[in-house]
Amino acid sequence: MVERSMWEWMVLLLQRFWPQFLKGTAMTVMLAIIGTAAGFAIGLIIGVIRTIPRRSGGKTGLSVRSVCLGIVNAILAVYTEVLRGTPMMVQAMLIYYGLTEFAHIDIAALPAGIIVITLNTGAYMAEIVRGGIGSIDYGQSEAAKAIGMNHWKTMIHVVLPQAIRHILPATGNEFVVNLKDSSVLNVITVTELFYQTKGLRNFYYRTYEPFLIAAAIYLLLTFVSSRLLRLLEKKLDGPTDFTLTEKSGALAGGRRRK
Amino acid sequence: MTNVIEVKDLRKSFGHREILKGIDLTVGQGEVVSVIGSSGSGKSTFLRCVNLLEWPTAGEILFKGESITRYGFKIPDYREKVGMVFQSFNLFANMNVLQNCTIGQIKVAGRNRDEARAIALDCLDQVGMSDYIRAKPRQLSGGQQQRVAIARALCMQPDALLFDEPTSALDPEMVGDVLNVISGLTHTGLTLIVVTHEMAFARDVSDRVVFMDGGVIAEQGSPEDIFTKPKSERLQEFLTRFLS
Ligand SMILES: Nc1ncnc2c1ncn2[C@@H]1O[C@H](COP(=O)(O)OP(=O)(O)OP(=O)(O)O)[C@@H](O)[C@H]1O
Ligand SMILES: [Mg+2]
Repeated sequence: MVERSMWEWMVLLLQRFWPQFLKGTAMTVMLAIIGTAAGFAIGLIIGVIRTIPRRSGGKTGLSVRSVCLGIVNAILAVYTEVLRGTPMMVQAMLIYYGLTEFAHIDIAALPAGIIVITLNTGAYMAEIVRGGIGSIDYGQSEAAKAIGMNHWKTMIHVVLPQAIRHILPATGNEFVVNLKDSSVLNVITVTELFYQTKGLRNFYYRTYEPFLIAAAIYLLLTFVSSRLLRLLEKKLDGPTDFTLTEKSGALAGGRRRK
Repeated sequence: MTNVIEVKDLRKSFGHREILKGIDLTVGQGEVVSVIGSSGSGKSTFLRCVNLLEWPTAGEILFKGESITRYGFKIPDYREKVGMVFQSFNLFANMNVLQNCTIGQIKVAGRNRDEARAIALDCLDQVGMSDYIRAKPRQLSGGQQQRVAIARALCMQPDALLFDEPTSALDPEMVGDVLNVISGLTHTGLTLIVVTHEMAFARDVSDRVVFMDGGVIAEQGSPEDIFTKPKSERLQEFLTRFLS
């Protein structure tokens, strides 16, 4: 057998297996994007549901509405507790094998993987969104109500746009976590980067070099995405100054008085 | 004169503490009512009940003869008709001045963009803020923010406006601007209820002054009666404290 240096092994692996690395990377990125986006949506929905006032009319005591809301909130609380309190690897096993075993649903690995990462991210995002909504001073919600907005309109037009801006760093962090933690889905044979890398061991009986390459790819992904996120945040903050409108009729189409 | 707001034996408790202990007040169309009283007497709570930001524990509030607490009453529609201006302005931080004034018109009143914009510019002009339509709230002084908040409420073309200490959070030099704007709203047919610590304003601008004390209306009357011939001891005390 030829003696090769670590570097030579890596070059050889990349030359021969770059399609595997590429496919694994693509799958990892896709899982992170879908998982974070869908989890974000779940988090937003849960966040909005949790902030629905228990009584709209103001009738104190039990009403159908408050009972329903109570039940929904309890379910949501259980969901976030369970998903945050157990490892994603275990969740993957339970969902993938559990569905086949008990519900007799023959689910493919990839959809199962997407479900797991989405539900998991959703649970974390729900908490993050809750904090984000709480950070917007309540006076603005009251002002929105005072011009006739209901809970949903208040959320959609006033609270969420600000809350989302506040939680953008945390969401980016979830994305970075998902880039890395999607690797646990290899246990249910989702063909992401870790799974692909693991499969390469058998060709040359080398473990170290393939995983060094994988590590480099993961690092590149997380580094680039956190930089992009910071750019996005800067962009969303917009310019810091404004311009006065000139005293011209053009602005109001001549409707200005005086 | 038709009655816009009638409050009958309004009570409000937080927990076991009764804050409002039976308020009766009738406000006619176009009337300007100032509410004065010492801190903690329940002025804000009263105003918030009228806008249903707090739910009354007991009693009745009628808007143009209709009970606003009855089951099935459309609270958002009512709030469109009875605007509120807060001590802390509460402008929408994610929107510029113009958007603050158009969002309710578009999303609640269902006006189209152009119409909303035209009305917003009119209202902003009325408060002297039409040059600032592109500014974000955080770029404005307190006085400017409050004037925009007033414009935002006016844009909904309400029947009545409630002010909760609109100048209390302002630096002294800006108080005048905001009070001038509010004075300008009297005699427009708009009904105003203004909770204020500005006694000169209450005296000069209102049709009626209401003195609240310990969760009840202790005395009410014309500005002249209240400020020159106070009957109750509590009001006399309050006035000496305030006017000295
Ligand atoms: N949400 C609440 N929960 C419990 N207590 C409250 C609440 N809101 C107000 N209170 C209490 O009600 C009382 C009256 O408060 P309110 O704000 O109505 O007084 P105010 O007359 O507006 O006073 P100020 O001039 O200081 O604004 C206070 O003792 C306050 O602590
Ligand atoms: Mg108050």
